[in-house]
Amino acid sequence: MSDQLSQPAKGAPERTASDMSPTTRQVTAGLARRYAAEKRFRLYGMFAIAASLAFLALLLISIVSKGLPAFTQTYMQLDVPLELETLGIDQQTVDGLLDGSISTQAIRRANFNGAIRQGMRERFPEVEGRSATRALYKLVSSGAEFDLAARVMDDPSVLGNRLTLWLPSDDEIGALVKQRADLSAPDTLVTRLDDQAIAWGAELKDAGDFDVRFNTTFFKNGDSREPELAGIRAALVGSAYTLLITFVLSFPIAVAAAIYLEEFAPKNRWTDLVEVNINNLAAVPSIVFGLLGLAVFINFFHLPRSAPVVGGIVLSLMTLPTIIISSRAALKSVPPSIREAARGLGASDLQVVFHHVLPLAMPGILTGTIIGLAQALGETAPLLMIGMVAFIVDIPQGVTDSATVLPVQVYLWADSPERAFTEKTSAAIMVLLAFLIAMNALAVMLRKRFERRW
Amino acid sequence: MNKTSLLIGTSLASLTLTTPAFARDGISIVGSSTVFPFATVVAERFGRTTDFPTPKIESTGSGGGLKLFCSGIGVDTPDITNASRRIKASELQMCEDNGVTNVVEVLIGYDGIAIANSVEANPLELSRENLFLALAKNVPNPDGEGLVPNPYTTWSQIDANLPEASIEVLGPPPTSGTRDAFVELVMEEGCASFEAIEALEDDAKDAACATMREDGRYVEAGENDNLIVQKLEANPNALGIFGYSFLDQNSDKVHSSMIDGVAADFDTIADGSYPVSRPLYFYVKGQHVGTVPGIAEYLAEFTSEGSIGEDGYLADKGMIPLPADARAEVAAAATELQSVQLN
Repeated sequence: MSDQLSQPAKGAPERTASDMSPTTRQVTAGLARRYAAEKRFRLYGMFAIAASLAFLALLLISIVSKGLPAFTQTYMQLDVPLELETLGIDQQTVDGLLDGSISTQAIRRANFNGAIRQGMRERFPEVEGRSATRALYKLVSSGAEFDLAARVMDDPSVLGNRLTLWLPSDDEIGALVKQRADLSAPDTLVTRLDDQAIAWGAELKDAGDFDVRFNTTFFKNGDSREPELAGIRAALVGSAYTLLITFVLSFPIAVAAAIYLEEFAPKNRWTDLVEVNINNLAAVPSIVFGLLGLAVFINFFHLPRSAPVVGGIVLSLMTLPTIIISSRAALKSVPPSIREAARGLGASDLQVVFHHVLPLAMPGILTGTIIGLAQALGETAPLLMIGMVAFIVDIPQGVTDSATVLPVQVYLWADSPERAFTEKTSAAIMVLLAFLIAMNALAVMLRKRFERRW
Repeated sequence: MNKTSLLIGTSLASLTLTTPAFARDGISIVGSSTVFPFATVVAERFGRTTDFPTPKIESTGSGGGLKLFCSGIGVDTPDITNASRRIKASELQMCEDNGVTNVVEVLIGYDGIAIANSVEANPLELSRENLFLALAKNVPNPDGEGLVPNPYTTWSQIDANLPEASIEVLGPPPTSGTRDAFVELVMEEGCASFEAIEALEDDAKDAACATMREDGRYVEAGENDNLIVQKLEANPNALGIFGYSFLDQNSDKVHSSMIDGVAADFDTIADGSYPVSRPLYFYVKGQHVGTVPGIAEYLAEFTSEGSIGEDGYLADKGMIPLPADARAEVAAAATELQSVQLN
């Protein structure tokens, strides 16, 4: 546009200021200033976009670079002697386990930790003294005993023999191995471990007893206080259940409300009032919905605390206005000619809406729904009141089990003293973003399917 | 009045009609964010080593936890609440009024509050009077009578032996239990030695002791202690106030200042010589034992030597254990479900 305007049209005779009308003179005099203003505005715009892209890039780079190590886990190879005496299992139990007359659950509480400690002592026979051996035991994750227990329960015939297996190592030494730090020069390392522990680590590393693998635990486990055992699964499942409830409740209610208000409701003071209320509701701070949820659903209806069902209901109250407002806008944008044509062919009001208007408005409605659900996915404040900000280890099996959600997990990990949780925090944010992108991709796909042009 | 809310109401009503009354099979725990990192370790182990589900632990703060705990008996109230202070008589009364008559108190150990700076700077040697003068909003007038707004900007103005560095302290906000404990253990102790404050009326005295300065020298750094540690690392002049377990986990980045000549470490907190430490408790609803499965077993796990003992796993997480005879008493009281007696 500006290029055309800035040059006089070709072929037009040059005019001198004397044969211009006063108006034209005034316009010509101001032209340069107006073009400069436009150019400046374009520059501002480009700067704004560049700045926001830079911030986004900075955020993503910092999260990804911090979070990536969480997707790997350091394992340590150890030869564990499974002596019955150390484990506290008698021969009778072993025989029973082998012929199947005793359930493997019976040895669940055996002293597997003792067996691992014995294995560590045999690996480093020169270590003596109580504090030194305690430091030595700390190289193995305190969750390693559960891995060992699972192995033995799978195959009880190893009882009484030795078993060589890869066990998760502790987060501190694990982090050093993951960073490929030079364990032979302890002075250069930033770590809480003392030189002795680093020397043991170096010995294990030289023997090839450390291995860095993909961290399946992170996707299989619920929360844990040991960073090397902590996983995102419980929060992921919790978020999925919560959003399912939110969607199932808010989508039909909101769409029904929007259709009624837009297509059927008479225009009077009552519907105006309803409209104002809906717009106000969209601006209510989310914590208020949490308080409402606590008072109504938990204290009055006695729904279980900390459960996705209550979380979903509270979040659907929050997303309802968003979906209603965007659905109404989508319905409004369907051209009246569509309605008139349908009526002209004899369709009833209901048929007009459901056969013609709604399908055409669907892409807009879905976009609004996704925005609402994405908001709900990132929400923690209302969940605090209804007890979903909690330490959850067991994976929720249904909408009434105790659960937590992804942003809460991010918050809980960010607040944990163990340093290895820093990387878990960033990794959890990455999972949350992946969830969001997957949701948006689904919406785009659905929109593409429904999209009609007229 | 509002069609949408009517619709929501109807759908909710149908939802509640179709859902059965919920029985709970797992323990529900609420309470202090200071006890949270310790209680979660016990809960996790308990879940892994027994057939009971892992208890669910919410971090609601000591006061909020006790309020929920005392709201009645039955499965929709929590079974256990954690607290970083002892239950108050008023809270116990509220419990009783709501039918919670058997409140079992379990003292699990101590948590130190560290006053620390970056390892790049020297540890400060502070007294509680120094800290009060550095952090209170109003302090006794150094050249006269009465109270004046805090004039100190560098540590050396308070005590010539302290460094020339400007006063900059990062600490918890008023909503935090750590802040309450800091005010009680440092500020109130520190202000008691000044005549100008002793001369005040009770209320004015409390306010003078407990009000932190707001001119930017004391920075409320939020509830996240990790953030304080990061800021200390970046600014060697700053001092931070946070829980001992964070000092323990970051001992390569920050070190404790000496308070009245004693630095915070495992031994000084355990023997009581480090002055800024507080007891950690949890309270159990005796009436729920037997109704909600696993409470007695959880109590046994928590009070075992493997947990709160000298070499227990909670000590590894930074909790300071009780002396051996006190632990034995705690375990016995927990087994017998004795109701708490406040004296």
